[in-house]
Order: sequence, then C-alpha cells, then structure tokens
Amino acid sequence: MQVSVTINGQQRTADVEPRLLLVDLIRDQLRLTGTHIGCDTSSCGACTVLLDGEPVKSCTMLAVQADGRELTTVEGLASGAALHTVQVGFHEEHGLQCGFCTPGMVIAIDQLLRDNPNPTEWEVRKGLDGNLCRCTGYQNIVKSALSAGRKLRGEEPFEKPDVAMTETAAVAAH
Amino acid sequence: MVPAAFDYRAPTSLEEALMVLREHGDDAKVMAGGQSLIPLLKLRLASPALVVDIGRIPGLSGIEAEDATLRIRTRTRHFDLERDTSLDSVCPILREAARQISDPLVRNLGTVGGSLCHADPAGDWGSVMLALDAQLVARSASGERTIAAGDFFQGPFSTALRPDEVLTEIRIPRPGAGRRGGGAYLKLERKVGDFATVGVAVQVQLTDGTVEKAGIGLTAVGPSNLKARSAEQALTGREPTPGAITEAARLAAEAAEPNDDVRGSAAYKKDVVRVFVQRGLAGALAQATARG
Repeated sequence: MQVSVTINGQQRTADVEPRLLLVDLIRDQLRLTGTHIGCDTSSCGACTVLLDGEPVKSCTMLAVQADGRELTTVEGLASGAALHTVQVGFHEEHGLQCGFCTPGMVIAIDQLLRDNPNPTEWEVRKGLDGNLCRCTGYQNIVKSALSAGRKLRGEEPFEKPDVAMTETAAVAAH
Repeated sequence: MVPAAFDYRAPTSLEEALMVLREHGDDAKVMAGGQSLIPLLKLRLASPALVVDIGRIPGLSGIEAEDATLRIRTRTRHFDLERDTSLDSVCPILREAARQISDPLVRNLGTVGGSLCHADPAGDWGSVMLALDAQLVARSASGERTIAAGDFFQGPFSTALRPDEVLTEIRIPRPGAGRRGGGAYLKLERKVGDFATVGVAVQVQLTDGTVEKAGIGLTAVGPSNLKARSAEQALTGREPTPGAITEAARLAAEAAEPNDDVRGSAAYKKDVVRVFVQRGLAGALAQATARG
C-alpha cells in the first residue's frame, strides 16, 4: 500500500505492507533513526513521535494509520544548528546518560510543556508516565523538563553561560 | 516484533465498514486506536485475515450531553475524556477513570469503544460502564440494537457483539431533575501501565437522602468486568448509613472471583475490593450530596 506522510515538514511516500509498524517505516524506510525501538511492547516510550502534534508510541501504530498525517520525530525539533529548548534543557541539566530514551523523552516533554507551560515537578513526572529510562536517570530528566519550562516562560536565559568557559576566562584574567 | 500478514481496509463511511464486516466479519478484527489490537497482533495472539480500521470514518468520536443521556461516541479517546472539564458537573467518574488508564501516550490513541470491545477483564471502562448502567449501541448492515453494559461482557475478551457489528456509541443515563449523582473510580496497580491488580467503579444517585440507584463495577477480579449486583441491591432504597456501606462492600468482595497471581493472592484482592467499594461509596456519596 502507498503511504504518504509529512514528516518533520517534508512530504514522504513509501510502499508498505499493512503490517508494517510506524516505527519501522520511520527508521528503516525513511531512514530517520533518531526514533528508537526500546521494549517493542508499548511499555517504554523510546519510540515516541508526534502524530498531528500529539505524542504517541510509534511501535504501537501501523504505518498505514499514519497515511495523510503529520509526524514529528526528534530530528525535526532543532532548527539547523539551533537546539530546541527542551534539548537545551537536557544539555544543561545532564538529562541523558546512555541517551537511548532521550528522543522519546524530549518529544514527550515538548508536548507536555505546550499543554501545560508551568508544570509542577509532580505534573512532569505524571506526564512522563509512558516514558521509561533504563539508566533510571529520572531526577535529571525532570530537572531538564523544568528548566526548559522556565526558559520557555522567559524566567531563565535560553542558554546559561557555559560554566567551564566562564571558569577558564576567570583563570585567564588572573 | 512483526505481526502476521493481514489485509487492511480503512473505510471512510460506517456503511462501508458494515458492508465489509457483513462479508468478512468472521475473519476480521475491527481496529479503532489499535492500542489493544496492535500488541495482540505483534505477539501473534491474534492473527485476523483482515483488519478493518474505523479510524477514518467521520462522526465516530465526541461527547454530547443531552438532558437524559450522555452520549460518548465509540472512537472518543481516553485523552478526550480526561481533558473535558465540562464532564465534572455531568459525570465526574469518567475523567477520574480516564486519567488512570495506562499512560499519556496510550491515552492519546486508545479509545473508549475499542477498550470496551477488547473486553479485557482488567480493562477500566467496562467497570465504569457497568456502574453507570450504560447502554452500548451496536450497528450492523441489518440495523441497530442496544445492549445493556450488564449483558455485554461474556467472558475474557468476549462480548455480546456479533462479528458483523460495530460498537458505535455508549449511552449513559443521566439523573433527572432534582436527583443527585456521584461516582468514583479506584485502581490499584503495581506500576504505571501495568494491568490493574484491582479496580472498582462506583456510581450512586440520591433522592431525598435515599439511594435511588447504585452501580458497582469490578476490574481484574473475574473472567470479565463484573457487576456487583447483590451489593447494588443492598444499597438501593436505603439510607446510605455507614452500616449499609459496610454491608455493600462486604457483598461486593463476595461477588469478586479473583485468582492468585503475581499481583496478589485472591484473598488480598477481595479485601482490596471491599476497601475500595467502601472508599468509593464514601467519595461518591459526598459528591452526590455536594452537587445540586
């Protein structure tokens, strides 16, 4: 069957079997491997993508269900070299360890913050109910989400001054 | 994991879907959001020759509050109910149950009708609809019929729907003027996204301080969602005294038929049913008393 999707703003078409999972279309046929397959049983959320702006598990959706719809994967978040706010949050707050769950986390947090721009820590944790981190690095993932929220609300600079660079500059000044 | 091969149809009208099912119903599975069916396909616990995706049929989702009935169309997602604050004054148990289903990613695709038709004994909506005495509307190419929630669940993953039928709508009766309703859904799970260890749905309607209607549905403690009829009867027509509540909770626990499994012993689960019915009734009655 022909499936046509708009993915990260680009129109793409593929010929698929009805049984092909959306995540396999994205990774194997559209060659966007930022979306990961973790558990493959609808438990872990590593495969989270945005479907018409809402996060869903692409391992629990058929590619044919996405025909004519709009998808965003982690590759579609940054604009060129400029990271997405949630990605900056992860960078600054050390929100990733092995990085496997990160694409799903970032996508889920992006939508969570659009839905609720000023979440409490508890709301972030509840909002990430569907995303598991096998490193158990939740503490910093939640911090990253809260930091991204503050940036989006203008309560924190988009990029904090780089601590290492500032220290180097201070030493040099002596 | 890769599902076994199947043919796929995505009709764009209900009539078309019903014609396909009339011809191929025995070999077909209807898919709404796919959040139950796709895991089954991947595990090859289901391998239908044909999947009929009703996701592209307009008019199958949405909630309408009419005077006597709240209508939930079949493809309304868990997320749609969770989000709809107007339900707080109409039927609060719906939002309370919706937000306890699986996780937000699944709630964005999973549907009420799909969950009911999947008929997992650990499904949440079945108990809620049993407590609410909902009517389920089934359509086939030869017509429409309504099935009481109490007659719908026939065993594990088995319902009163015929292979050529589609569940199109859930109709929930609303308390009439001067009557007050309240409800609660309580669920115990080991962790987010796990099947319920025990779930209890409770709905009451009060008139002049007396329980006019009581509904109690039980999740994950039997071969299907169970309606605790003896407990409901024990409350109906009575003042909701602490004694009456304790007695109803005892009867509901007696009606539960749980198994020993990794989530707990049968005796433990029965006791959770008792405690949840007691707590649920207390909450539902407080709600019914507070609401005008």
